[in-house]
Amino acid sequence: MNATPLARHLLRARDLVDSRYPDPLDLEALARAAHVSPRHFSRSFRQTFGETPHQYLLTRRIERARYLLRTTDMQVAQVCLEVGFNSVGSFTSTFRRHVGASPTEYRRENGGPSEADRVPLCFVKAWTRLPGDGAFREDSAPAGD
Amino acid sequence: MLDAVSHVGVWVHDQDAAKEFYTEKLGFEVRQDNTLPEFGNYRWLTVGPPGQPDVSIILSIPGPPAVDAETAELLLKLMARGALGPGIIRTGDCRKTCAELEARGVELAQQPDERFYGIDAAVRDPSGNEWRIVQPIEYDIEAVKQQRSSG
Repeated sequence: MNATPLARHLLRARDLVDSRYPDPLDLEALARAAHVSPRHFSRSFRQTFGETPHQYLLTRRIERARYLLRTTDMQVAQVCLEVGFNSVGSFTSTFRRHVGASPTEYRRENGGPSEADRVPLCFVKAWTRLPGDGAFREDSAPAGD
Repeated sequence: MLDAVSHVGVWVHDQDAAKEFYTEKLGFEVRQDNTLPEFGNYRWLTVGPPGQPDVSIILSIPGPPAVDAETAELLLKLMARGALGPGIIRTGDCRKTCAELEARGVELAQQPDERFYGIDAAVRDPSGNEWRIVQPIEYDIEAVKQQRSSG
């Protein structure tokens, strides 16, 4: 019998982000899910998964936003709220940093479902992440935007 | 000619915990559970969904002599990180299945999420392996595109 490694606990916190990305998740809640202190959590998460909890949360939200922009007629402001951002301004700037286009431009260029939408979500999440440190700046806490 | 996939191997860190999860939580059946003295007490443990008797999942712990200690350690790390790649299990009703799984104490790694191809949720086994629970939806992309452009 092997003791549960820290990474498995951290994975539980990452899963929490995947499940509850629209919610205002804070560092304490994520650390609690991983059974580690908030201070230890952030550093360990980055060491284990190569990005901070905040970056992971943002990429999950942006992935969902891209999906909604492609496959629904939802207004951009509605998409923004739906995926957990509080303001259209920060949603748009974060979206642009990640995708290289504004939400409206992205929809214009990619509107309508495509073969990409047949690919299961787990692969979409994995392959739409930014390599390395990505374009996201880490705020002081993983919540918010 | 190749006929069918019959067995798929999944590394786990603990076969007892895995057996409990796949049978008592996911509702799979044990196909074989034999400890083999002639293979240094290797435990051949296979499970599968009751409705699909021709496909079995082999649950093994990585270690010597099958893989060297260093590789085994690496595999254990990768599975704990959820990095070994997901499997997909089909269901006729994702939300209902997830409610049943949660009632059995399974923690969903992702709540049911509506995607274009269907409704998609996820669970992990105790080792960190991800299984997607997918209720597929048949659709015609071109028809949907036409409908959207005309609407």
